[in-house]
Amino acid sequence: MLRGNALVAVRGDRRLFAGLDFALDAGELLYVNGPNGSGKTTLLRMLCGLVAPAEGAILWNGEDIRSVGDAYRAEMVYFGHLAGVKDELSGVENLRVNCRLAGQDPSDEELTRALGTLGLRGLETLPAKVLSQGQRRRVSLSRLLLSRAHLWILDEPYTALDRSAVELLQGLIRDHLARGGLAVLTTHQQVEIDAGITKELRLGS
Amino acid sequence: MEMSGIGLLSGTRNILARDLTLAGRRITDVLTTLFFFVIVVSLFPLGVGPEMNTLRMIAPGILWVAALLATMLSLGRLFTADYIDGTLEQMLLSPQPLSLIVLGKVAAHWLVTGAPLVLMSPLLGLQFGLGGAALGVLMLTLLIGTPVLSLVGAMGAALTLGLRGGGALISLLVLPLYIPVLIFGAGAVEAVASGLEAGAHLSLLGALLVLALCFGPWVTAAALRISLE
Repeated sequence: MLRGNALVAVRGDRRLFAGLDFALDAGELLYVNGPNGSGKTTLLRMLCGLVAPAEGAILWNGEDIRSVGDAYRAEMVYFGHLAGVKDELSGVENLRVNCRLAGQDPSDEELTRALGTLGLRGLETLPAKVLSQGQRRRVSLSRLLLSRAHLWILDEPYTALDRSAVELLQGLIRDHLARGGLAVLTTHQQVEIDAGITKELRLGS
Repeated sequence: MEMSGIGLLSGTRNILARDLTLAGRRITDVLTTLFFFVIVVSLFPLGVGPEMNTLRMIAPGILWVAALLATMLSLGRLFTADYIDGTLEQMLLSPQPLSLIVLGKVAAHWLVTGAPLVLMSPLLGLQFGLGGAALGVLMLTLLIGTPVLSLVGAMGAALTLGLRGGGALISLLVLPLYIPVLIFGAGAVEAVASGLEAGAHLSLLGALLVLALCFGPWVTAAALRISLE
């Protein structure tokens, strides 16, 4: 479903990686690892279409993602370093805006339930600025729960999360893979996802 | 697809509603721009003196220049907050057309900064001894012109996003583009104040608005994609 063909990433005048190939099919997890500065985030931003590869192509169902455009973005969810949570908005409001941006319109009940699942019961209507760093990440993560995207692209999703949230997220990824979804993940933490097939992609070696 | 169920403009509405909520909770940002406009305009009668004829003559230009500067002042905020907290990334990754999301942001920007200027302008015009007809045209020109300022300003804001010293750069980029709006806007008020017709000025101002509406959001969307790469 997702293919990378001879990808080259250039940052400034430095080559991060070259000739990178991978293939990912339904139910598979691509675990991208490598030292700091090896181009993990750049690769993931490329997979989203935020950055164009210097050379090579990324194919979704055989078509270049840059020509598929909106139809590809409807199938994909990206969770990056930045939470995308507004200080002035409450958890429910933040989640609703994010879901609508992704083209969904969940009911208040679904929003509250998703936030509750991520351990934010009772905090849904507080402005995000009173939440802790980890709680804000949880607000942001809750959109994975409501997402119907086939492809999850997760860049260091475990940052600032406590043990229970990490386990919760691993469960979400496991369920997603079991449903035939695809996921691309970077992390420096030791993570065991015991579902589907895990492929490893090592950068900077 | 479920997308069509929500409608094409849902992206615009979603962001418009969100930005208005945010503006309501950060009301100081809104008031800063408005007070800047009021104070800059009010300084001129104090500096120039109470000679009514002089004031009446310079009034359209001053009100319009102050409106340009007040809009400029607020442009830095247009995308910066969304850029810093990562919401802008999510907008770029949305399956909804980015230009329509941008349109929602620009509409909210106008409602929050442009519209209060329009409403405040007749009161400030009185300080300069503008007559009823001239005040009416002043409001009308600002009503047509300030959306152009927001639309054009958004392009500059998108291009300078994330750059150091973006604030100064944005003025250099955007102010020259504001010149036609200034000429026709102030020109219309001057024409009416001296007993002439303002139809031609208003038509040209309207044409600028149509042009900015058609191309502005699209150019801004392209600039945002470049800025985030």
